Amino acid sequence: MANPSFEVARLPGFRFIAMAVFVVLYLPIITLVVYSFNAGQSVALWEGFSLTWYHSAWQNEAVKGATFRSLIIAASASGIATTVATMAALGTTRRKAFKGQTFIYVMINQPLMVPEIVTAVALLIFFASIKVATGYNGLIYLIIAHAAFCIPFAYLPIRARLEGMDLTLETAAADLYASHWLTFRRVTLPLMLPGIIAGAMLAFVISLDDVVITEFVKSGGQDTLPTYMLGQMRRAVTPEVNAISSVLLALTVVMLTAFFLLTRKKD
Amino acid sequence: MSESPIAVEARNAVKAFGQGATAVKALDDVSVKIKKGEFFTLLGPSGCGKTTLLRLIAGFETPTSGQILLDGADITQLPPNKRPVNTVFQSYALFPHLTVAQNIAFGLEMQGRPKAEIKKTVARMLALVKLEPMADRKTSQLSGGQQQRVALARALAPAPKVLLLDEPLSALDLKLRKEMQIELKRLQMETGITFVFVTHDQEEALTMSDRIAVMSAGHIQQVGAPREIYTRPANRFVASFIGETNFLTGKSDGEAVQLDIGSKIAIKAPPGPVSLAIRPEQVRVVAANDPGALPATVGATVYFGTDTHLHLVMKDGSTLVARMQSPASGSGDLAKGTNVGVTFPDSALQLLGD
Repeated sequence: MANPSFEVARLPGFRFIAMAVFVVLYLPIITLVVYSFNAGQSVALWEGFSLTWYHSAWQNEAVKGATFRSLIIAASASGIATTVATMAALGTTRRKAFKGQTFIYVMINQPLMVPEIVTAVALLIFFASIKVATGYNGLIYLIIAHAAFCIPFAYLPIRARLEGMDLTLETAAADLYASHWLTFRRVTLPLMLPGIIAGAMLAFVISLDDVVITEFVKSGGQDTLPTYMLGQMRRAVTPEVNAISSVLLALTVVMLTAFFLLTRKKD
Repeated sequence: MSESPIAVEARNAVKAFGQGATAVKALDDVSVKIKKGEFFTLLGPSGCGKTTLLRLIAGFETPTSGQILLDGADITQLPPNKRPVNTVFQSYALFPHLTVAQNIAFGLEMQGRPKAEIKKTVARMLALVKLEPMADRKTSQLSGGQQQRVALARALAPAPKVLLLDEPLSALDLKLRKEMQIELKRLQMETGITFVFVTHDQEEALTMSDRIAVMSAGHIQQVGAPREIYTRPANRFVASFIGETNFLTGKSDGEAVQLDIGSKIAIKAPPGPVSLAIRPEQVRVVAANDPGALPATVGATVYFGTDTHLHLVMKDGSTLVARMQSPASGSGDLAKGTNVGVTFPDSALQLLGD
């Protein structure tokens, strides 16, 4: 062979397969976005361009309430999850390997592995008894549930960041008269901050998007944006759902772009 | 020796890693006194305990037993941030999220010095290491040699009582290393701070140090000025680790030593077998018929540019290496098998301890 190096990109049919995969991945999303601008009632029949459905979603009190709830839950849950994940990451990387380390990792990442429906049912039963006992039905149950499954999503980028950090830097800070607290605040924290922000954003997006656990845990009148949309789908589907989805999509794209920019390796 | 005050002292310092039967003693009962204002080098092969001793002084490790004293005060249990001692790390360990000036200011800020003083000291340090134009750069934008200077300035800024340097030059290329050796010596002279320098490079140790401690296997083998260590090595390890050496064997009758290669020399040693060392540059090659010369034949010649090493086979079969200046004319070497004579001054022979 003239060129012994092997490149996947030169295989016959590479272009075709790649294009086909992209079409399957993105065509439905593009369709959804396109029909959110439909002037008519249908999500399948194009009747001209209009912003009607965005306007109608904006005027819809139920959508507003659900959006507000979604944002409150996502912000609180990602805040709690990130704090817990930061402490967990410090606890699992800033020490010598210990017995049961793998077990701890598995425990922290458990929500990634346990089927979501199982967690949902478990939380439903658990919270139901608390709700009955206390008579309290606030958003706090949803916040706790979301925080729980967001922890591993926040934990992974923070841990990756900490593991790439040179421990000598902390030794150097101590050598230069910094106490434990000052070493953490002036050296460790600023260096792990991109990881923390990335973790928080990932957790926020995951929480914003959740249907299964929310559907099981929520009390009456506590629809979040995704569960509201699910409810709408059971009735007449209008491009209003498309419009809400498109806004959610835009928000997610912005957050994930920021996430990649923060986690990508410098130089 | 003069009675200058002691800056740092290790008293019977032992550091063992691991537990029970598998414990490894990185330092085994080390005692050493480092004088104020001197450039003191801990020299030895990797694993000899030199870095461990440095870390004990810095406070990154606590000795298993023994004491560390600074200016006569026991600092053994003091954490690193409470010790007026700073370190230049092998990897430099510069803070990547801070600029050059912020790196240098770090120690001063942690000490809570007033802002105006910090600003002045940072400017002075930048000038000292000739990095004024780089003050606002991130450290990742600097070359290896420049990063090295920042690490030095950062450690010197709080005016520590002792500066610890952990193989700081090992990451630099040869030319830069030579420059930094001179630079370090200059900084030490200008600041008057006690330097404790760790290296495995004997040449570096010889050129820079006021005194050297040669270490091996967790023990200090010899402490002395470079000249002393080189010309009067205390034992076989020191003799072989510093420079090149020929080892000779012989028998002592209490008054003189009969060397196995022929001659008898007047060196007082306890009766019995002895071992001696002689540097290759002290061995002189003369004509075979020279009176008093020991007979030898040329085994091999190795050309080093300035020098040529002659490997001489002595009458007892042992090999002696002689270093001679290569002839300026570029004329050829002595052919293999040539019969020559060997002489050396008796004073060049160094009796070795165990």
